[in-house]
Amino acid sequence: MSATLPASSYIGAQEKIRADMKNRPPAARRSSPWADVLFSALAHGAAWLTLALLAGIIVSLLIGAAPAIKEYGLSFLWTSEWDPVQNRYGGLVMIYGTLMTSFISLLIAVPVSFGIALFLTELSPLWLKRPLGTAIELLAAVPSIVYGMWGLLVFSPILSQYVQQPLQSAFKGVPYLGKLFSGPPVGIGLLSAGIILAIMVIPFIASVMRDVFEVTPPMLKESAYALGSTTWEVVWKVVLPYTRTGVVGGIMLGLGRALGETMAVTFVIGNFNQLNSLSLFEAANSITSALANEFGEAAPGLHQASLIYLGLVLFFITFVVLAISKLLLEQLKKREGTVS
Amino acid sequence: MSAVLATAAPDREAARRRLHAKRKLANVVALSLALGAMAFGLFWLIWILIETVRLGIGGIALSLFTQMTPPPQAETGGLANAIFGSVVMVTLATLLGTPIGVLAGVYLAEYGRRSVLASTTRFINDILLSAPSIVIGLFIYSAVVARLGGFSGYAGILALALIVIPVVIRTTENMLTLIPNALREAAYALGTPKWRVVMTVTLKAARAGVMTGILLAFARIAGETAPLLFTALSNQFWTSDLSQPMASLPVTIFKFAMSPYENWQKLAWAGVFLITIGVLVLNILARTFFRNKH
Repeated sequence: MSATLPASSYIGAQEKIRADMKNRPPAARRSSPWADVLFSALAHGAAWLTLALLAGIIVSLLIGAAPAIKEYGLSFLWTSEWDPVQNRYGGLVMIYGTLMTSFISLLIAVPVSFGIALFLTELSPLWLKRPLGTAIELLAAVPSIVYGMWGLLVFSPILSQYVQQPLQSAFKGVPYLGKLFSGPPVGIGLLSAGIILAIMVIPFIASVMRDVFEVTPPMLKESAYALGSTTWEVVWKVVLPYTRTGVVGGIMLGLGRALGETMAVTFVIGNFNQLNSLSLFEAANSITSALANEFGEAAPGLHQASLIYLGLVLFFITFVVLAISKLLLEQLKKREGTVS
Repeated sequence: MSAVLATAAPDREAARRRLHAKRKLANVVALSLALGAMAFGLFWLIWILIETVRLGIGGIALSLFTQMTPPPQAETGGLANAIFGSVVMVTLATLLGTPIGVLAGVYLAEYGRRSVLASTTRFINDILLSAPSIVIGLFIYSAVVARLGGFSGYAGILALALIVIPVVIRTTENMLTLIPNALREAAYALGTPKWRVVMTVTLKAARAGVMTGILLAFARIAGETAPLLFTALSNQFWTSDLSQPMASLPVTIFKFAMSPYENWQKLAWAGVFLITIGVLVLNILARTFFRNKH
């Protein structure tokens, strides 16, 4: 058939196409190579910016704190005198307050978060898992100023009346323990700050624990159940050992949050710059609340530099804690990758 | 031999039962404690919400949105300038931080992946995500306020934007890594340049998740007080000039709540009510929005 076609018409069509191609621009245009280069540069730049941000924070804190570092050196960390009038500064009281409130908060938050994670992964009916999980996460969404105001005006009077006063009368005269509960039971101080911090970090610890509990291979759990283990035994002897690094990572994350929390602590800790007793009821101060209260009014000079020094100490501690948390969580993820 | 077995069997049986009962008891106790922990967590949320509504709803009136923050012990007054300042600073900070966060997230998910720069950035970013926000305030104070002379709305915006960036980076990267590679490969096979693949294929597919991250970041900075204390400071009056100190809702609440004046405290509760409801609604919206899309 094709042989009968006149050759001339075929050649003519080809020529026509060629002519068309000369006149018409190609339909698909290549985009400029510069767009790709530019976009890639922007993306890289944004990543570098994040790194620069960290460097900027460290450098600016170091510069700001330089006068105080020069004046006191490391002895700043264990000097407790904080006297703006005499212009003498030491950070021990605030550092103690920060560490102590965070410690109290973990003491409460860790077991509670473990319970919540256990409930959400093993006990909760399926349809309740999501709403309950969201409700706990909402605890983290409530702004810290709300915790602060609620803590000062609602929670601390109740704590004073129903917890501190009974505790004080119960432990009166008991050596050591009595000391912890001495002091004015007014509901403001280390204990109330620690309790409110605990409420604030529970959602962080609980959600990490829930997430790592959920990645435990079902095979492991089912084998334990098949051997007749109870739910508690499965969680305590199988799930927890398997996810240990993740659990510790979650606790460290909560600790990092507790150390750096500002507003809630500022409201209830009492802002008292002396360390007179070991009492948990005593008004105290933390690094963050000292910054929030004094920095705005501090005169440039040694006072301001000392406050920035405190900020630097805080940033260093939280950085280390959060880095450990991140490394532990990473380790669990890696192992998960090799197991499956 | 058989006699020994015969006498031991009931004993062993009893011991087994005792052990079984003990294990069952431990199980019941532990699970009840877990239930208690759950109730403990919910208890605080409900208590805080109830108190916020109870103490705050009385102060909700039109004057809250139309009148300026009053002097102590005044009869009238509202939070108009603080609400306006918060809306302006939070919106601008989100607009400033989002593109940087999305771009860095794109870098981590599409360009860097497992390179050294990417893993370092990821590590640092996760730390910045939880870093104390008051330190961000200190940083902006020393880098901007102290150098350019004076507290300003701009400094506040910068401080808030620095909090937005890590949140957006995290969610953007997470959402982009969920996009199947087949989608990228299909786009490349058509000859699409990389930037168009990212913009029109992967980012578009991850849109809902990225938006959720931005909403959550917005909600987070709406309640932030600490980074504004020494950047934007506060202002008793209405100002739309960003080079001036600017009032914000959280800082105003802080000032008013710590004061002994009754009218200030009442306004602070009204502010707390607004901010709590606003932030929680945003959070729930973001979550449902994301769930519906997936």
